[in-house]
Amino acid sequence: MLVANKGDMGISILQYQFMQNAILAGLCGGITCSVVGVFVVTMHLSFIGVCITHAAFAGALLGLWLGFNPLIGALLFSLASAAIIGPMADRGELNPDTSIGIVFSLMLGLAFLFMGLMPGARTEALSLFWGSILTVTRQNLIFLAVTTAVVIGLLVIFYKEIQAVICHREVALAVGIPATVVFYSLLFSTGVTITASLQSIGGLLIYSLILNPAAAAYQLTYNLKRMLLIAIAFGVISCWAGLAASYLLDIPSGASIVITSSIIFGLATAFSPKRKVKGWQQIKLAG
Amino acid sequence: MDNTVIKIQDAVVSYREDVALQGVSLEVKKGEFIGIIGPNGAGKTTLLTVINGLGKLVHGQAWVLGSRLNGRNSSNLRKRIGYVAQVERIDPRLPISVRETVMVGCYGRLGLFHRPTRAQWKIVDGVLEMVGVAHLSQRPIGHLSGGEYQRAAIARALVQKPEIFLLDEPTASIDKKAQREILSLIQLIHKEYHTTTLFVTHDLRTLPPTCQRLILMKEGKIWQQGRPESMLREEVLSQLYEAPVVATDEIAPLCS
Repeated sequence: MLVANKGDMGISILQYQFMQNAILAGLCGGITCSVVGVFVVTMHLSFIGVCITHAAFAGALLGLWLGFNPLIGALLFSLASAAIIGPMADRGELNPDTSIGIVFSLMLGLAFLFMGLMPGARTEALSLFWGSILTVTRQNLIFLAVTTAVVIGLLVIFYKEIQAVICHREVALAVGIPATVVFYSLLFSTGVTITASLQSIGGLLIYSLILNPAAAAYQLTYNLKRMLLIAIAFGVISCWAGLAASYLLDIPSGASIVITSSIIFGLATAFSPKRKVKGWQQIKLAG
Repeated sequence: MDNTVIKIQDAVVSYREDVALQGVSLEVKKGEFIGIIGPNGAGKTTLLTVINGLGKLVHGQAWVLGSRLNGRNSSNLRKRIGYVAQVERIDPRLPISVRETVMVGCYGRLGLFHRPTRAQWKIVDGVLEMVGVAHLSQRPIGHLSGGEYQRAAIARALVQKPEIFLLDEPTASIDKKAQREILSLIQLIHKEYHTTTLFVTHDLRTLPPTCQRLILMKEGKIWQQGRPESMLREEVLSQLYEAPVVATDEIAPLCS
């Protein structure tokens, strides 16, 4: 009976502006996070993404502490971390795991430092931890929509270069593709996407939304275009189903979105044709 | 008319404290097939990276296909240079097929904002047929064996229509039958496409008979060079590798 009442309310609640904003934020966040997720998962750079996420979080907290727009702080920190990690990993002066680990721990330390220095109640800072898709502002929504449009636009225009770099970076460089520029553009896109999704999904949870849909799609196809479409579908489903679960079960929206995406990943892995069949001839995959 | 396609003068390449190339000078004429041998760490791969502009010179100069390498033009020159490295480990789940991987060879010449045309896909299919992996074209690249992968890598280099063909231990880590097939293919390509070919190996048995000149590298320097029959002598090779080397039947065709 309670569920039926919630269901009735579910239809009426769609009329509210905050819910419409949340659905749109879920759509844009689901699309963009999944697309950059495909980049980092295919390049095996998942930990770089985690590091950029924490940098964005630290930057946002710096903004809150010093009184400027936290999104600007998040953007600057995430881009700076991508600019630092990329060359460190490329030059091989340190093991990539070591260099990323150092930047990651530094960003986490800075985040806690800025939070500790913040005077008074830290409600807004804590909301950056968990995010709140239900309170996403119009300004955030526009930023997220523009980021989605730019990321998708770049993907369509430079698909062949992106495909070459994420699958065969060394080869891409050897055949004369501007592989380094493409590689850093992908890292910066990840930084911008994380910044744009920070307030709706939250600094601690955003990375799961980047990783899980892409990792799930990676289990299901050998075709990059299909992988992108499947990841996008999983990302948007995670956001919307998580949003519905949040409303119906009265649980935090960011957490429910991430748990939904984790369940999708678990199911994709369990039913992945890639792990079940040994011979290529027997594989009946989407791609 | 001077038909020099590669000219390197006093090249020095350094990776932090290690000097990988020490004052190397080299001239290669159009259409030559050159073998480069030497022990591990001799600078063979570094020499190839200088030619395709990926290795940065700390001293000296290099001219490739008529242009002096200066860091700004190396990307453009690489579009005209085919490069095949030794078999690498590929994630078997990588979402790209053999056919798509071979097409990547065209992307440099195609340039930004241009998509592959139907004619280019036809060229890719034709080259896959030529190297003998057309039946694997839809297979994920990570599912190929070492020999099949090298054929695909050669196909990818061929669709670039390379004027220079750089082969860095292309037969390493693959079985003997596949080695023989890859070597035959490399010689066929050199003959049919009239490329200038530089073939690096540390395994003397994989030197193709087509090889016209042999460069012996040691400690980042060109130690000796000359015709294969004068270089592939037991006393020369034993000095090069600092260990006794016995000339086997398998390198005999090169010595004749």
